[in-house]
Amino acid sequence: MKILSIIFRNAFRHRLRTILTILGIATAVMAFGLLRTIVGAWNAGVAGSSANRMIVRHRVSFIFPLPTADRPEIAKVPGVTSVSWANWFGGVYGDPNDFKNFWPRFAVDPDTWFQMYPEFVVPPDQLAAFMKDRSGCIIGAKLAAQHGFKIGDVITLNGDIFPGSWQFTVRGIYHGKEPSTDETQMFLQWNYLYEQVTQREPGRSVGAGWYVLRVGNADDMPRVAGAVDDLYQNSQAPTKTESERAFQQGFVQMSSAIITSLQLISFIIIGIILLVLANTIVMAVRERTREYAVLKTIGFTGRHLAAFILGESLLIGLAGGLVGVLLTFPVVNGFSKAVPTMFPVIGVAPVTIALALATAALCSVAAAVAPTIRAVRLPIVNGLRTVG
Amino acid sequence: MTNPIVQIRGVSKAYKRDAMTVPVLNNITLDVPPGEFLGLMGPSGSGKTTLLNLIAGIDRPDAGSVSVAGTDVTTLSESQLAKWRATHIGFVFQFYNLIPVLTAYENVELPLLLAPLSKKQRKEHVETALALVGLSDRMHHSPRQLSGGEEQRVAIARAIATDPTILVADEPTGDLDRKSGDEILTLLERLNKEFKKTIVMVTHDPHAAERAHVVRHLDKGELQ
Repeated sequence: MKILSIIFRNAFRHRLRTILTILGIATAVMAFGLLRTIVGAWNAGVAGSSANRMIVRHRVSFIFPLPTADRPEIAKVPGVTSVSWANWFGGVYGDPNDFKNFWPRFAVDPDTWFQMYPEFVVPPDQLAAFMKDRSGCIIGAKLAAQHGFKIGDVITLNGDIFPGSWQFTVRGIYHGKEPSTDETQMFLQWNYLYEQVTQREPGRSVGAGWYVLRVGNADDMPRVAGAVDDLYQNSQAPTKTESERAFQQGFVQMSSAIITSLQLISFIIIGIILLVLANTIVMAVRERTREYAVLKTIGFTGRHLAAFILGESLLIGLAGGLVGVLLTFPVVNGFSKAVPTMFPVIGVAPVTIALALATAALCSVAAAVAPTIRAVRLPIVNGLRTVG
Repeated sequence: MTNPIVQIRGVSKAYKRDAMTVPVLNNITLDVPPGEFLGLMGPSGSGKTTLLNLIAGIDRPDAGSVSVAGTDVTTLSESQLAKWRATHIGFVFQFYNLIPVLTAYENVELPLLLAPLSKKQRKEHVETALALVGLSDRMHHSPRQLSGGEEQRVAIARAIATDPTILVADEPTGDLDRKSGDEILTLLERLNKEFKKTIVMVTHDPHAAERAHVVRHLDKGELQ
C-alpha cells in the first residue's frame, strides 16, 4: 500500500460526490476551452496574416471605394513589388436567415489575386478555367463541402450592394496551404462585376474596395504606408495604408467588447472551478478531521497530511480537467458545424489544452490550501474529540 | 532499581474555555517502571485522558516535564514528536479509529509505512501482529465488515505493529460489550506478560482495572 493508493481511495470515498465534482469541473473546463477557442478563432485572421502584405483602403472606411486609376501609381511606390485589389461583393444565397448561407464573397483581380495570396492553392487547370470564364468563381474547399458545391455548379446570389440576380459557375476549388487558411471564401472576377454593373446601373462607378500590396522587405512597411497615403492626402479618396495584420486587427477590435466579455467569462469559470473543488475538499477534510488526528497520533507529520489533501485535490481537479478537455473537442466541433462560416478557422489549440489543464491544476492547489493549513494546525487532541 | 520508562514531574495542565481557565491536571508526579500494566481510573473530567495524552506526546503540559524512554517529550518540536510517536508509542483508542477505506491489513500497515522497512518486512510485521490478535483470517476485511471487538483487535495490532516502547490505551473496552471487552483485556494482559509491553490504560470500569498490576486514581486533577 502506498500513499497514492490512500489518496485514490480517499478521493472516491464518496463516489457520487466525487463524480459530480469531476463533472462540474469538466463542464467548467470545457466552457473555458470553448471560450478560449472562440477567442482564438476570432484572432485567426490576424494569425494568418502575411508579414509582407499591406492593405490600402479609404481613410474613412473600406466601404468607400478607391479609384482603380490609383493602381499604377501605387505600384510605382519604391518597395512595392506587386499590387492586387478586391471588392466586397456581398449578396444573399438561399435563405438569408440561415447563418450557414453567409460566407465572404469578393470580386478580385483574377490576374494578380492568387499570386498575391499563395496560401489559396488552386489547381492550375481550374485556375485557367476560372480565367477564361468571366462569370466563373473559385470557392474554398470547406465551403464546397458544406454546401456540396462541385466544379461546374452554378451558384445564384441575390445582390444587395450590387442589386439583381447573379449567377456564378464554380470553376475552381482552393485548398489552404496552412491549417489557419480560411477555406470558406468565394472569389469572382472584378472585371465581370464592373461590366455587369455598368450595364445594369449606368452611371454607377465600381472602384476597388481595397488594394493589397506586397512589399519586398517588411521593414519598408512604415515608409511605404507613408508614401502611399501622401499620394492621396488631398484627393477625393484619401487612403489609409497599413500592414495586413493591423488591418485584420482592426476587424477584431470592432468586436473587442465581445472578446473582452468572453475573456472575462473565462476568468469567472476559473473561479467556478475553484469553488466547486474547494467545496468538496473542505467537506472531505472536515469529515476526516478525526482520521487526520489519528494519523498524526500514529506518527504521520503535517507534510504527510498536506500530501494526502493536496494529492486528493489534484486527483479530482485533474480528472475534471482531463474530462473537460476531452469534452471540448466534440463541443468545438459541434459549434463549428452550427456556425460554419462565422469562424472559418476554428480548432482546439495545444496551448488551450495546456492552459485548461494548468488552470485545473492551479485551482486544485488553491482549493487545498485552506483545508490543509487547518488540518495541519489542528491540535491532535481537538481532532480526536471531533465527531464526524 | 530499574529506571522508570515513564517519568512525570510536576506536570500541570489547564484548558481555556472562552475567558475561563479550567485546570485539568495539578502538579502530577508519576513513575511507571518498564513492563508495568498501569490502570488510571477516575471520574469523568478527572484528567486521566489528558495525562494519557501527555504520556503519548499528543498534548503538551503547561508546566513540568514528561520523560518517556529517556526522552523529555516536552522539549521536542512537532515534527520530532511525530517521529518519536511513530517509534515509541502504540495508541489504542476507545472508538478504534480505523481508517474505513483501508482493510484490516492496510490499517495495521499504516504506521509501518513510516518505518524504513521493505514491503516484505512490512508484510511480516502485519501478519505477525494480526496473528497475535487472532485475526489472520480477517486481514482483508474492511472495518465495516468487522464487529466492534474485532475492530478493536485490529486497532491493537496497529498499535503493536511497530513494536513500540509503550502501549497507551484510552478506555479500550468503553465501546464494547462485556465479552468483547474481556477478550481485549485478555489480549492486553498477554501483551504485557508475554511480550513485556509497558501498558498505561485509562478506564473507569473497575472490572477492566482489575487486570492492571497497579491502579492509580485521579480526582480533580490530582493523583490519589
